[in-house]
Amino acid sequence: MDELVIANRRFTSRLLIGTGKFSSSSVMAEAIEAAGAEIVTVALRRVDITNRNDDMLAAIDRSKYLLLPNTSGARTADEAVRLSRLARAATGINWVKLEVTPDPYYLLPDPVETLKAAEVLVKDGFVVLPYINADPILSKRLQDIGTATVMPLASPIGSNQGLKTRAAIEIIIEQANVPVVVDAGLGLPSHAAEAMEIGADAVLVNTAIATAAEPVKMAEAFKLAVVAGRTAFLSGAAAETKRASASSPLTGFLRND
Amino acid sequence: MKISAGKPDIKAILAYRGLDGCGRKIWTERLGEITPSEVEWALSRKPGYYVLDRLMILVSHAAENHLEQMAQLAHQLTLQRFGKTIRLYAPLYLSNFCVNDCVYCGFNRSHNFPRIRLTIEQALAEADIIAKEGFKDLLLVSSEDRDFISIDYLCELAAKLRPKFSSISVEIYQMTTEEYAKLFAAGIEGVTLYQETYDRDTYSKYHLSGPKAYYDYRLSAPDAIAQAGMREIGISALLGLSDWRLETLALAEHAHYLMKRYWQSHISFSFPRLRPAKDVDRTQFSLLSDKNLVQMILALRLCFADAGLTISTREPAELRDQLVKMGITKMSAGSKTNPGGYSKTTGSVEQFEIDDKRTPAQIAAMLKSQGLEPVWKDWDTAFNQP
Repeated sequence: MDELVIANRRFTSRLLIGTGKFSSSSVMAEAIEAAGAEIVTVALRRVDITNRNDDMLAAIDRSKYLLLPNTSGARTADEAVRLSRLARAATGINWVKLEVTPDPYYLLPDPVETLKAAEVLVKDGFVVLPYINADPILSKRLQDIGTATVMPLASPIGSNQGLKTRAAIEIIIEQANVPVVVDAGLGLPSHAAEAMEIGADAVLVNTAIATAAEPVKMAEAFKLAVVAGRTAFLSGAAAETKRASASSPLTGFLRND
Repeated sequence: MKISAGKPDIKAILAYRGLDGCGRKIWTERLGEITPSEVEWALSRKPGYYVLDRLMILVSHAAENHLEQMAQLAHQLTLQRFGKTIRLYAPLYLSNFCVNDCVYCGFNRSHNFPRIRLTIEQALAEADIIAKEGFKDLLLVSSEDRDFISIDYLCELAAKLRPKFSSISVEIYQMTTEEYAKLFAAGIEGVTLYQETYDRDTYSKYHLSGPKAYYDYRLSAPDAIAQAGMREIGISALLGLSDWRLETLALAEHAHYLMKRYWQSHISFSFPRLRPAKDVDRTQFSLLSDKNLVQMILALRLCFADAGLTISTREPAELRDQLVKMGITKMSAGSKTNPGGYSKTTGSVEQFEIDDKRTPAQIAAMLKSQGLEPVWKDWDTAFNQP
């Protein structure tokens, strides 16, 4: 069975879902279901984590999905650590998607603060899934610390631009000892399939699903694309060549004598 | 002019561009000469990026014939960047005592009416009512009443509000960087402060006396706010004092300058049109039509993909219902603009009359009916722990 294993926990789905930007919590819940997702990330800034009746939290069935709190909005390591601890105290969840994004416009992750926060959180017993730029060396440094995954971005979050960082992500995948989850910027199912084809272990999608005219349908499209991309990766893709190579050679009848 | 070269401040930038009033005539002429084909060119560019010349085209008279196309682009861009959501907040007025003489304002010190300032306990009672309506995002508002609404008062109040609200910001008299830093440390993370008008002559005409009468000092406020580490900085001009097209250009230059220099603070724009207020003669102002207001909102969105765009209850319900799909990201609801207005204990004078008088629940229902999620909480006090 082809499973995704993060911190000894097994998942059959390789599509992680973000919960922002939906028109309602019920649409969000339906989309998560249609995506077949097992890991659902929520921004701690957006929910009242201490309140089980919080509209968004209540819509996510914790018996079916792993709720992955994220530190979206944190500008520094200190803030991210404080938020993570608060979430763990309130929910008992010790997984965290670490986001430290001091620039409020492109929301690009701060490598220095992310590394600092990851160090503290891993020591503190958290399962840390850090959101990073597609930086192979930072990926190594984070794995050395003991993060459970690395989550390099495909392009700026919410930009729907697709796999702009492909060359760097290929290096990260080649060298990784932990699952590589491609996060941010995947705007179409074909982008997700591309990431899976090059060997990503999983992808995380939010904006492309939430802001589609029909989010539930789009969630299903992403599910299929991730499965297709993964299956293609496992099938051993044929090599790409510049020249044509016919599947039925015309000159095959000529003997070599 | 490159902002990084020699780092001119906003005062120098506006003077260089002729946007502090000195180039009024030239700008007005340029705006009048924009052609439809220039508008089409501007709309064919990738939306969401700021270039002064492009914004000039988008706020021109010629662009008025392209509002539908602008609206579609602005809607798409906002949908992508902010999703199908609108943030909701409520203002809490603390005092209407004022030392300033601003011609357009109901709290003008020369106006004769019984003034009210809320004690911390009274303010908390008001806040309780607001919290019960569902709000998590609170804006503390006060006139320039430093003696009573002091820094200490605000810090004490913020500390007591933090358990109930996830985001607290202020719209209050101008302070120094050190004072803003104290507020930030107390858990206040945003400041809204309008230049009112970027035109120097107009500024002098409407700000007759008091600490607010100094244009240059006022202009330096957002720098001080950013230097104190505030996350959210709301800026604008009070719409109706001067030509809105030129004000929009100056406002955009100001925002662009702040974004470049203080890259960790998020900039948002408000669109306060002058409202009727007690003892204020409105015939002297150049009021904006709905069409003008819409054009301004769309033009700014098309130049600033990620800026927050706020619309308050100053505006009528029918218009607000349309604006939520044109780039607006945040709105107030059920607002009272008089100190003590929520608990109705004081019967005090309002700063201005609000127009959209619907309850927060009605606003939330309106948003839902348009396929938008009303977002009450989008911050957490845990971010800035005192």
